[in-house]
Amino acid sequence: MSQKPQLRVPGAPARPGEKPDFSYLKLSQAGSVDKPAVHAPVSDTEYLSKQLVRVLDDNGVAQGSWNPGLSVEKLRHGLKLMLAVRAFDDRMLKVHRQGKISFYIQCRGEEAISIAQGLALREGDMLFPSYRNQGLYFARERPVVDLMCQCLSNARDMCRGRQLPIMYHWKEKNIFSISGNLTTQVPQAVGWAMASAIKGEDHLAVTWTGEGSTAESDYHNALTFANVYQAPCIINVVNNQWAISTFQGIAGGQDSPFAARGPGYGMPGIRVDGNDFLAIYAVTEWAAERARTGGGPTLIEHVTYRASAHSTSDDPTRYRAKDEQDHFPLGDPVERLKKHLVGLGVWTQEEHDELITKLDASMVDSWQEALSYGTTEEGSSFAVDSMFDDVYKDIPDHLVAQREKLKRQLQNQ
Amino acid sequence: MAKMNMVQALNSAMDVMMERDPTVIVMGQDVGYFGGVFNCTAGLQERYGEKRVFDTPISEAGIVGTAIGMGVNGLRPVAEIQFADYIYPAFDQIVSELARLRYRSAGDFTSPVTLRSPCGGGIRGGQTHSQSPEGIFTHICGIKVVMPSNPYDAKGLLIASIEDDDPVVFFEPKRLYNGPFFGNPKQPASTWASHPKGEVDEGYYSLPIGKADVVRSGSDLTIITYGTMVHVCEAVVRDNELDAEIIDLRSMLPLDIDTLVKSVDKTGRCLIVHEATRFSGFGAELSAQIQERCFWNLSAPIQRVTGWDTPYPHAFEWEYFPGPSRIIAAIEKVMRESA
Ligand SMILES: Cc1ncc(C[n+]2csc(CCOP(=O)(O)OP(=O)(O)O)c2C)c(N)n1
Repeated sequence: MSQKPQLRVPGAPARPGEKPDFSYLKLSQAGSVDKPAVHAPVSDTEYLSKQLVRVLDDNGVAQGSWNPGLSVEKLRHGLKLMLAVRAFDDRMLKVHRQGKISFYIQCRGEEAISIAQGLALREGDMLFPSYRNQGLYFARERPVVDLMCQCLSNARDMCRGRQLPIMYHWKEKNIFSISGNLTTQVPQAVGWAMASAIKGEDHLAVTWTGEGSTAESDYHNALTFANVYQAPCIINVVNNQWAISTFQGIAGGQDSPFAARGPGYGMPGIRVDGNDFLAIYAVTEWAAERARTGGGPTLIEHVTYRASAHSTSDDPTRYRAKDEQDHFPLGDPVERLKKHLVGLGVWTQEEHDELITKLDASMVDSWQEALSYGTTEEGSSFAVDSMFDDVYKDIPDHLVAQREKLKRQLQNQ
Repeated sequence: MAKMNMVQALNSAMDVMMERDPTVIVMGQDVGYFGGVFNCTAGLQERYGEKRVFDTPISEAGIVGTAIGMGVNGLRPVAEIQFADYIYPAFDQIVSELARLRYRSAGDFTSPVTLRSPCGGGIRGGQTHSQSPEGIFTHICGIKVVMPSNPYDAKGLLIASIEDDDPVVFFEPKRLYNGPFFGNPKQPASTWASHPKGEVDEGYYSLPIGKADVVRSGSDLTIITYGTMVHVCEAVVRDNELDAEIIDLRSMLPLDIDTLVKSVDKTGRCLIVHEATRFSGFGAELSAQIQERCFWNLSAPIQRVTGWDTPYPHAFEWEYFPGPSRIIAAIEKVMRESA
């Protein structure tokens, strides 16, 4: 110990040119962490926030009390959805590179989270996603053409050209609008869940945020309210190790896991293998049942890895070791579920490859269809005066005047 | 002198100040190893170490709150808010604390924080990467609000802001980082290389905060503007061979009202142009002040060209942006309505 206080600035384990190092990640053996009773007191769940709930072992075999015992059909469905998300992301990155859309965010390496959780929840549960949860739309079966149309800001864009690509929403199937401002959705989800309790309903609110964003005050406000009112909600922290160029240590993950904030606020915190479809499904089921039966909120930290760039605006080779993903000890979520299914004898490499080819082709078709509803080059398919709609329920006089002025100007051009 | 774009000029300002003054520190999201999402702090951590240039947690309230504390304890923090659109979580720390600390402690406590933040649209950023919130900040007493329009001014004004003992909110029009923008997105992008204000002194210099720049003199009309719109207005005046005087405010608070009054008294006509929304925007303050002082010399009502009073829409970016055609129409109106 030095004699004077030192400013500690947590560093990244590896920068470009350095050897990837994940020794900081505390892992548990698959199957080694016990599953508590759904209504266990928080004090009896604290170990869950320090250890790592895993079901799939390195050989793809399901282990331990957290094994959710899913049907083969459900498992195959999950794998197909994860592959569909990946195929979608690949296609959208390509069309961004061709200049067809202005922006994109992939969720590569994190597909298991949105798909397993999307499938483990009920339709009436309200989802408050971050921008990296496109998988939820697949779990709830939104046609991909609709997502593509949003990215194109074209005639079928549910945001009517107002938002950046990927900022979808889906009122009918309970997926909330994405803001762009980080973590604002977390207290909103808690409020939604409080209303559910006030109304005497058993619908949950479920929300996701990156580990970097948990530094925002909104996140801490949310945890306080969630616990004070025992709101029926699940708060997910997707710890993909990076927030743009900033390593998770800067968000406060260095000395204590993000899941441990849960017991700190008085609710269970579960640290789960975020690349393990079965484990994610199981902890979500547990937390959902607890919340639905009056047990209050649960915080879940998913330990995963952001295999893609942050967005199309950054180049990760400028701030992290190039082959870091290959060293990530929890592997790839798609490969791991595939291995499990192949091990069960209900899936083959050939079927897998065939499905990928088929999905890639269907994404191309969907993209062609999406383009038929308007492209970015052609300009928006909405009338320009629609820009003034929805600022208020009824358009006020000063906006009517501005709208008319714009229309006159465009006519004169 | 060296050719610099605005990013390099801002970087140079911080570099010069860190070299001169060991109390200057740089903090913000991704500003350390990565050098910031727009590269403005590139190389600084390597040069000055991570105790003086460091990444922060993603908490704008935390950034401003801790910067205030560091400032109270003798440092001069230069904190980056990654986008002006993300400054709002820090609003309480700015309005109730940063701006009022000097006042409420009768000058015993002060904190010379500089908050840098990229603002403005025209980069296909949608409603959360395009905002121009400067007007909100000019409504706060106790902070200064600055916005440069070119590399030379950016460096001189940032140095002045860092040296200022009062807190400064320093907005950087990101559309101008790599070159001036003349309002036509279809034109090939221009760079600062051939622009006279892209010639920047590599050493120390500062420009006074609160001094506007008459970027072009003329006699028919005064155009008051700042940031990106300076170049759009210049292009309009040039392309239409108008005899207009263009004033780049550079600082909104304090406001160089004398320069504005002198010009409007001379031309008798005034047009105010900003990208921010109109209602209660900074143009309203300008209009009021000029009317109070120049009423008897005005030969036409003051006009404003601004963004519409809606969020910045992704698909209608250029219909939203107060571009050349809107400026021309307003100029024609001012000329037509002249007594
Ligand atoms: C309030 C706010 N501050 C800053 C940003 C800029 N920003 C966008 S994404 C991001 C990193 C988020 O990282 P993390 O929460 O870990 O999520 P991930 O992107 O890794 O999924 C930052 C700083 C923002 N969108 N909103």
